[in-house]
Amino acid sequence: MTRPGTSDTAARPRVDGPRRGRVPRPGVPLPLLLPAVIGLAFLLLPLIALLARAPWRDLPHQLTSTEVWQALQLSLLSATAATAVSLVLGVPLAWLLARTDFPGRGLVRALVTLPLVLPPVVGGVALLLALGRNGIVGQWLDAWFGITLPFTTAGVVVAEAFVAMPFLVISVEGTLRAADPRYEEAATTLGASRFTAFRRVTLPLIAPGIAAGAVLAWARALGEFGATITFAGNFPGRTQTMPLAVYLALQNDPAAAIALSLVLLAVSIAVLAGLRDRWMTAAS
Amino acid sequence: MTRSERRSRRTLQLTGAVAAGLLALSACSSSSDSGSSDSGSKETSGASAPSSAKVSGTVTVFAAASLKESFTALGQTFEKQHPGTTVTFSFGGSDTLAASITGGAPADVFAAASPKTMAIVTDAKDTADTPVTFVRNQLEIATLPGNPDKISSLKDLTKSGLKVVLCDKTVPCGAAAQKALDASGLKLTPVSYEQDVKSALTKVELKEADAAVVYKTDVQAAGDKVEGVEFPESAEAVNDYPIALLKDAGNPEAAKAFIALVRSAEGSKVLTGAGFLEP
Repeated sequence: MTRPGTSDTAARPRVDGPRRGRVPRPGVPLPLLLPAVIGLAFLLLPLIALLARAPWRDLPHQLTSTEVWQALQLSLLSATAATAVSLVLGVPLAWLLARTDFPGRGLVRALVTLPLVLPPVVGGVALLLALGRNGIVGQWLDAWFGITLPFTTAGVVVAEAFVAMPFLVISVEGTLRAADPRYEEAATTLGASRFTAFRRVTLPLIAPGIAAGAVLAWARALGEFGATITFAGNFPGRTQTMPLAVYLALQNDPAAAIALSLVLLAVSIAVLAGLRDRWMTAAS
Repeated sequence: MTRSERRSRRTLQLTGAVAAGLLALSACSSSSDSGSSDSGSKETSGASAPSSAKVSGTVTVFAAASLKESFTALGQTFEKQHPGTTVTFSFGGSDTLAASITGGAPADVFAAASPKTMAIVTDAKDTADTPVTFVRNQLEIATLPGNPDKISSLKDLTKSGLKVVLCDKTVPCGAAAQKALDASGLKLTPVSYEQDVKSALTKVELKEADAAVVYKTDVQAAGDKVEGVEFPESAEAVNDYPIALLKDAGNPEAAKAFIALVRSAEGSKVLTGAGFLEP
């Protein structure tokens, strides 16, 4: 799909040594094999069930309904916008966390990753209290600029960016830590400003990490449910993203819900496939 | 909580987590092993006064979100009346509850907010007896405290610039609101179709929306955080609340006793006190 980022060609992470050419050793110990197989079945079974129960025959009919298209379009658009927001704000934040030393940095990093573990609905409520019409900041947005975020597509983007950005920040920060800072330093000693060094040296160096983080953030934004429905509500064509459509379709039309889920499943598989090329070298 | 020194390889694990998250979405309904303790499903009318028969153990009640306050109170009454019993509740959207019951969730009693959602369970032959209507609920408009927008009728909700939330058509309160709107011939475009009645109400409580069409009982439960406005069209869309004993009830005797309490004069007093109408 639309991947904000760069067209990095087969850049491999230079984090660890060569791990290719894995020779399967004979004699896998049973205490390891058994739970491994059960674990694999546990992860795959629900997906198989989804495929097995899919209404293949009226799938085309299901997927061409206007509501599905509206939801899908909105999902793709808002997830992409949320990823763009995450990139613009998240990459500098990751750089700050990885390259500068300030008091309380560990705490800041913990706070940045908080939305990862926060239940999304709680995130949605928190967003309402901050940016809602009556929120701490939201009431001024409303009073001064006439901007209200809840119940708008912009609100969907805000909710998705809130939960997706930490993924990008963590991913980029990890890449930055693994990257050698001496290149930047060399560039600055040769007369480049800090920002030029960042733009011309660091960015190309960590591009694969940024791309991977962006894909992750995008996928997370696409699947966002709790924060979206709490902060932006549910209105077809404006704030009803795919996950919301799935949830509500489940109430009265399970077939439609399964069809929608298949679309999301296909998208997530595509994302994983895209990531695999970058992160797993010659994985079978 | 903070994890230090993340290698970019770690992203892989995150990828897995994301994928799992995405997939989790497709499995919304909770289903668990039905503790299929084969209970002989005997006909019960449950209309009698609370029996003084010895019941014990746990009663699991699945009930519509709008019953939360009144059923919680009745549960405490029941535990007092029958020492040695515990009533556990699962409150939620009627359709979600119905889906989990047909999916095999272990429950003794189901109280739904509409005959349509109860029908999901009866169609799956998961009830032990015929559901009975025990209360009815009428719609009301919830406005901001003090009613600053001067809303006095359903028609006032169609004023431009007013942010109104409705329940989604798939849930009982949304279906009822649609019925009332159709009856009055009004076209109303809300800012959001909420997934259940409580979240519609919350939007008004948080002042994010100016008004919501919810149940009378919800307005009452919200206290002074919202103000209720009655409207005549609500008579066109009064919701019946059916209650039924479930076929796979693990504790049918206690479940019958609980249903009896709900339908007794005492139960009726609690329910009407919460704003429900007599059946």
